[in-house]
Amino acid sequence: MNEKTKALKAAFPYTIPVMLGYLFIGIAFGVLFENKGYNFIWAILMSALVYAGSMQYVAINFFTGGISLVTIVFITLMVNIRHVFYGLSMIDKFKEMGKLKPYMIFSLTDETYSLLCLTEAPKDVNKNYFIFFIALLNQSYWVIGSFIGSVAGSLITINSEGIDFAMTALFTVIFVEQWLFCTSHISAITGILITVICLILFGSGNFLLPSMLLILLVLTIFREKIESKLSIEEEEVEV
Amino acid sequence: MTLSVGQSLIIIIVIAAITFLTRALPFLVFSRHKETPQYIIYIGKVLPPAIIGMLIVYCIKNVSIIKFPFAMPELISITTVVVLHFWKRNNLISILGGTMLYMVLVQLVF
Repeated sequence: MNEKTKALKAAFPYTIPVMLGYLFIGIAFGVLFENKGYNFIWAILMSALVYAGSMQYVAINFFTGGISLVTIVFITLMVNIRHVFYGLSMIDKFKEMGKLKPYMIFSLTDETYSLLCLTEAPKDVNKNYFIFFIALLNQSYWVIGSFIGSVAGSLITINSEGIDFAMTALFTVIFVEQWLFCTSHISAITGILITVICLILFGSGNFLLPSMLLILLVLTIFREKIESKLSIEEEEVEV
Repeated sequence: MTLSVGQSLIIIIVIAAITFLTRALPFLVFSRHKETPQYIIYIGKVLPPAIIGMLIVYCIKNVSIIKFPFAMPELISITTVVVLHFWKRNNLISILGGTMLYMVLVQLVF
C-alpha cells in the first residue's frame, strides 16, 4: 500500500469523534451564516480560509455592518490568542514536517491540537503523513458541515440537540488518557482549577486569557518540582 | 447581505490572517533559534494536560449550576465518559456512549 494511503487509513478512526462534533457545529454555522444572506460559497470560503470554530460564530456578527476593521482585528486576536499556547507544544512535533508544516500550523484548532497531543502514529506508518491527515480530515469535516448547513440546514428535522457534547466528551477522553500517561498530575489539576476560578471571577466571556496566563505562571513557578517527577518517569521507562 | 462582496471578502481575509498569525506566532519566534530553548521544551511537555482541562471547562462554560437542571446532564455525562474510558480504554465507546447519554438526558429527561 502507498505510504500516504496507509497513513490516511490509520488516521481516520482517530478523527471520528471530531467528525461528529465538527459536522454538527459546522452545520449550525452554515445555517446562521445563510440567515445573514451568505450562501454556501461564502460558508465554504470562510471555513476553508479561517477555520476556527468559535471565531466563525463570533464573526457572523461582523457581517451586519458598522464594525470597524480595527475592532475586528482586536476581537479576532482576543478570541484566538489561545492558539499561541498550542503552537508552543507543537514546535518540536512539526519540526520535520517540511512542506506540510505551514498547513499544520494553519489547521491547529482546539480539536486537532488535542488529537495531536493524544495520538502517536502506529509503528509502521509515516508519522508526518499520519498527523497531516488528522489535520486535513478534521478540516474537511468542518468545511462539509458548513456546506450542508448553508444548503440544507432548514431541511434537517432529526432532533440533534446535545450532539455537540461529542466535543466535550473528546476533551474528557484526552484528559483521562493524559492522566493515565503522566506521573505528575499537577498540570492537569492546575488546568481545571485555575480555569474554574477564572470562569467564576471573570465570567464566561473573558476567562480564557487570564486562565492561560495563570496556568503558564504556575507551571513556570513549579518547574523544578514537576520536572523532577517527569524525570523519574523517564528513567522508569528506560529501565 | 448588508455589506458589499468586496467588504465581506476583506473581513474574511482579515480574520483569516489574524487567526493564522495567532497560530504561527510561536513558530515564528522560535524557528530562528536552531535549538528550541529548554524552557519551551518543558512548557510544551507539561502544557497539554492543563490546556485540555481548560477546554473541558470551556465547553461547559455557559451551563448554570444554580438553575435547573443544575448542570446535571453535563456532570452525569462527563462522569460516564470518564468511567467508560477507565473501563474500556476505547475512545469511540467513551465518546459515543457519553454523547448519546447526554442527548437522551437533555432531550427526554431534563
